[in-house]
Amino acid sequence: MTTSLLAAPPATPLAAGEAPTLEAFGLDPWWLILAKAVLIFVFLMLMVLFEIWFERRFMARMQNRLGPNRVGPLGLLQPIADGLKLPLKEDLVPRGVDRPVFILAPALATMPAFLAFAIIPFGPTVSVFGHQTPLQLADLPVAVLFVLAMSSLGVYGIVLGGWASASPYSLLGGLRSSAQVISYEIGMGLSFVAVFLFAGSLSTSEIVASQERIWYAVVLFPSFVIYAITMVGEVNRIPFDLPEGEGELVGGFHTEYSSLKFGMFMLAEYVNMTTVSALAVTLFLGGWRAPWPISLVDGANAGWWPVLWFMIKLLLTISFFIWLRATLPRVRYDQLMKLGWKVLIPGALAWIMVVATIRVLRNEGISTQQVFFAVAIVLGIYIVASYLWDAVRGNRRDAEEQEATAAERAGAGDSTGGDPMAGGYPVPPLDAPHYHGRNSTSKEVNRA
Amino acid sequence: MTPADVVFLFLGAVTLGSAVLVVTTRQLVHAALWLVVTFGALAASYLLLTAEFVAWVQVLIYVGAVVVLLLFGIMLTRAPIGRSEGLDSANRPVAIAVAAATAALLVTVVVAGFREAYVELGDPPAGTSGQMGASIFRTWVLPFEVLSLLLLAALIGAIVLSRREIQPPGESSDERPTERPTGPGRG
Amino acid sequence: MHIVYPAVVAALLFSVGVYGVLARRNAILVLMSVELMLNAVNLNLVAFDVWLGDALRGGQVLTLFVIVIAAAEVGLGLAIVLLVFRNRQTVQIDALRDLADRDAEPAERPEQVSTEIS
Repeated sequence: MTTSLLAAPPATPLAAGEAPTLEAFGLDPWWLILAKAVLIFVFLMLMVLFEIWFERRFMARMQNRLGPNRVGPLGLLQPIADGLKLPLKEDLVPRGVDRPVFILAPALATMPAFLAFAIIPFGPTVSVFGHQTPLQLADLPVAVLFVLAMSSLGVYGIVLGGWASASPYSLLGGLRSSAQVISYEIGMGLSFVAVFLFAGSLSTSEIVASQERIWYAVVLFPSFVIYAITMVGEVNRIPFDLPEGEGELVGGFHTEYSSLKFGMFMLAEYVNMTTVSALAVTLFLGGWRAPWPISLVDGANAGWWPVLWFMIKLLLTISFFIWLRATLPRVRYDQLMKLGWKVLIPGALAWIMVVATIRVLRNEGISTQQVFFAVAIVLGIYIVASYLWDAVRGNRRDAEEQEATAAERAGAGDSTGGDPMAGGYPVPPLDAPHYHGRNSTSKEVNRA
Repeated sequence: MTPADVVFLFLGAVTLGSAVLVVTTRQLVHAALWLVVTFGALAASYLLLTAEFVAWVQVLIYVGAVVVLLLFGIMLTRAPIGRSEGLDSANRPVAIAVAAATAALLVTVVVAGFREAYVELGDPPAGTSGQMGASIFRTWVLPFEVLSLLLLAALIGAIVLSRREIQPPGESSDERPTERPTGPGRG
Repeated sequence: MHIVYPAVVAALLFSVGVYGVLARRNAILVLMSVELMLNAVNLNLVAFDVWLGDALRGGQVLTLFVIVIAAAEVGLGLAIVLLVFRNRQTVQIDALRDLADRDAEPAERPEQVSTEIS
């Protein structure tokens, strides 16, 4: 449906190897669109299997272990064995859950992750059975906005799964994730703005095309850093995996899930990881374009070769996720929020101002380098100052709070009464199963 | 009737049906879910009207942020799973009457005024990101800036509202409700 | 496309919102109904903007502004609702009548103080 809505006046068919523009979309025959959609689905499923294996092996090597190595060569069939095992487990639906929502939630978590991949370009225009077609399912003039919209839809699965489970751990996980994803999505959206300013377009194929000379990860390094942090927050991976933090919340939002439903949450997490990695590659790392020394070779950016470069970049980005997981501990919730709201968002805003100023000055023909250095110094001072201010103030605040809690403890014993705003932070009630209205039923059951 | 008309009528039916469910369902969280369906159908309507940018902003802000915030509020105010009692007030008949009167009036006026209005969709699309950007930052730049100020004020207002330690002088900050276990929804 | 279809859908959606605001007691459900009304207005704006073919895209720009205002409104509204819930343990709007301008009838006082409605 999206393709039919595109502005697609009949354009001249492109020669193979050319970077596609928006006009190249919406011209495919139906079987090609279908084949692309199926291929993307299969690709994502295979990527999930591979990622699970890769994550376990890679992390094992980092921790001086071997990792799974029994099923198949190098343990390659382990994820398939796991995948077969999961659906065969008993599918528990706890009593007292909101059944329709409980069943809907895993599907809601999975679908947007798959949808967002539709606009990721795998390569330039190639020839498939005589048809010139771009290696990309669809493109929109507002493609990146579409990705953002899809990633914001993904949070529903987590929030609703957490709520419908009628368990305090799940509820806490769901609440954490809703706040986290909204906060980090703002930072993520802001990190894209500089890319839009440079590319002059929101369509992924045109953003890739505009990185022919130099990657945006180099030109817009701060944006790239902000995106790299927010993408981890967006997919709930360590160090930002608070919605499911097993040390605190058992399993967070998926505590009560089992069998295939749990499998779908796992699937969603890994597909999401692939999607944000692919987006990082597309927006900041040159997309399917060959990295610098190779790009000098004639024909490196033509035909099917770009798929190889894309895959290499994608795997490197995914290894970055795994590296983070093997290295970093989970942050505390208030640290997460502080990072999101007090560092990433203001930083992104300041950086956008810098980029916009540089663009304007360049348009007016003023030498950009001096301006750039001056602005960079100002920005650096600002960031350092804000860090220091926050650190000093935070320490003072912590001391005050400690005093306050100590006094409180000395005064009244039961400070854990379940205040929804304990200590100034919104905390969901910890007696959730009771207020979920299941008190009466459990009493009845006891009586019976 | 063109195909666009048929699709739009279908989307309109989905919009209205889920909107009615939002205001009649007895389960709080389900109301939020039907609201998502309403907003999604509206976004599809915007796509149909070739207002592409507005459609995705609708999905991004309304579906992605506003309803999630509402869900957040629902959960923090201890919504029960299953039916909650007393979601509708006693003036429901009056509300039905007022709503029916509003509907009758508006539909009559609109049908009388725009029965013949017809627009050919698609060529050129009405709301691409380029057009929208140009018109926001050229013609409508002053309202845009004012709006950013409004957003900032709302942001600060929300922060001030939800901080406990900011209180009028004379009140101690340790004042918190003590009869918590007798809150609503128990038993 | 006939412009009367979106216009009628918007009018009906607005009425549904009116019903929700008047009939619902839960503050969050009232907020949702307000959102429905705002969306009805948005649909009108987009439809008539497309119909007019205005070069300034006034309708759609205004739609974006309304969306932004709605986001701000929900943020503030929820902050208020949560504050009320924190202090009163209820979000039933007809239980919150301390600011109502009424004749002080002594018989009604106890009913006001107890916030338990459900």
